[in-house]
Amino acid sequence: MYGLGLLKGLIVTMKNLISPGRMFTIHQYPDRKISPLGLSKLEGKNVISWGINNPVKFLKSLLGLISVPDKIAQSPRFRGQEFTWYEQRCTGCASCAKYCPLGIIKIVTSPSGKAVPEGQKYAIDVFDIDIGRCMFCGLCVEACPYDALHMGSGFEEGTYQRKDLVINVDRLKSAPKKPSTWFRPQLEELGYDPDSGDEITWDQIGRHERPSLSDQEDKWVKR
Amino acid sequence: MSIRTEPVTINLGPQHPSTHGVFRLRVTFDGETVVDVDPVFGYMHRGTEKLAETRSYVQIVTLTDRLDWVSSMSNNLAYVRAVEALCEIEVPQRAQFLRVIAAELQRIASHLMATGFLVNDMGAFATPLMYCFRERERILDLFEILCGARITLSYMRPGGVFQDAPKAFWDNLDALMKEMPIYIDELESLVTTNEIVLARSKNVGVLTAEQSINGSLSGPMLRASSVDWDIRKSNPYEIYDKLNFEVPIGKNGDVFDRYLVRIKEMRESLKIIGQCVDMISEGPVRADVPYNIRPPAGDIYSSIEAPKGELGFYLVSDQSISPYRCKIRSPSFMNLSLLREMLVGWKMSDLIVILGSVDFVMGEVDR
Repeated sequence: MYGLGLLKGLIVTMKNLISPGRMFTIHQYPDRKISPLGLSKLEGKNVISWGINNPVKFLKSLLGLISVPDKIAQSPRFRGQEFTWYEQRCTGCASCAKYCPLGIIKIVTSPSGKAVPEGQKYAIDVFDIDIGRCMFCGLCVEACPYDALHMGSGFEEGTYQRKDLVINVDRLKSAPKKPSTWFRPQLEELGYDPDSGDEITWDQIGRHERPSLSDQEDKWVKR
Repeated sequence: MSIRTEPVTINLGPQHPSTHGVFRLRVTFDGETVVDVDPVFGYMHRGTEKLAETRSYVQIVTLTDRLDWVSSMSNNLAYVRAVEALCEIEVPQRAQFLRVIAAELQRIASHLMATGFLVNDMGAFATPLMYCFRERERILDLFEILCGARITLSYMRPGGVFQDAPKAFWDNLDALMKEMPIYIDELESLVTTNEIVLARSKNVGVLTAEQSINGSLSGPMLRASSVDWDIRKSNPYEIYDKLNFEVPIGKNGDVFDRYLVRIKEMRESLKIIGQCVDMISEGPVRADVPYNIRPPAGDIYSSIEAPKGELGFYLVSDQSISPYRCKIRSPSFMNLSLLREMLVGWKMSDLIVILGSVDFVMGEVDR
């Protein structure tokens, strides 16, 4: 019969319209409107008792006047903006700058005056990452031999001017230390999730223990 | 009374919603019938091949993401396979399985997008397209768990993949494997038997087997014209020779057959992923390859079956850290070579449908 296929299609669209598992979820970003049911759930209370105690809030949310910040779930490996950098781990070797396909990392170092046994430690004067040209491939993170540079986990870094997109060393120092677990298996072993977890310090993040002085002598000085 | 008519040449594109990118087609119409077509490429030329000559072998992986941005995994796979063949790198077994899983997921995502836009071009405005995108979103979420990005993935490296898949990936993959056949069934019941779709696509834009072989087509375009050619079968790479799957073949080589071949390929891809999940074993995922690779002097051509057809990389090495030449044989570009044979004689509205059935991405055509 002609038109049977059209009817079949209409059944499919109707199913998608009404069945709860197949409906389109619309994310109202960054704030979402919330119903009384959701709001009472958020405060951990029964909706009826909560509604009696907060009648104004109840009515307002019923009318769709109350909104709460919405957060879309992101995976721990998400390669985000705002790199996480640990000053204590960085030696200024500039591996990241060398391996960046676009050459957007600029590092200027000077001898810090204090010679340590394991290589020379340099003071980092300039560490500029031009986020405006970054494509978040993560090769700089992969190249870092001391686990000092990590991908960040945030993404809401809009600015009004292009020059504000250049992350300098001060911003890197003050950025929230919530690294992505991208190419950091040790963080995944810890079960770290930058989305929900706390900030993580430099001594928790290494791939291996710092060698003791006698170890260093055996391995590098006496050789 | 006779009306004096004359052919009119108009530009379709470069900014046109149904050309799927900045693709310009100079079409000569006689009334509403296409008399001649003249495709103009190059609006999206980004010089990928030239850029590759100034980058190291690992850095080029990031360039390949941007060739065909709806199937980045397949581009990564094609490129890293070329490098591995050039350096004769042995890839660990687990890495090969992971790559095949990722590439087949990408094939489903790409075909979903192709089907959605094809039906969109036929006039089913946005509804089937949104369904396809909702399903594709699940696969993109999987990619985010796997490698932290959704489109520009950069997951593979010469010698394997950059990191093993986390546990959440396998859980989500299992859930997807259960639901995806239902999604595809639903899409088929919405589209395949629809009378409007059949009227718009049956016997439209027909290519015979001989024509498509002479035009060096590949992928679903070629298989719709009843040519049994799939590199996964004819020249198995990775672990495809251990897997049990079929290559769907069309009959007439029209728009409808291309759509049907893509739907069937999605089902076969699901079969392949299911087998891979069963067969995968523990082990390393990355061979011991230095970060800066210096391959021996020589050249190599290596190709894989990407969602859109045969994607090949021709690399010439002069023992330096970057290739001397990197030629990309992109399926979208080759599949557009028979535009005149397909389009001439059809009406304006059929032109849009036939263009949609080719499933090209301009990033790959212009490179």
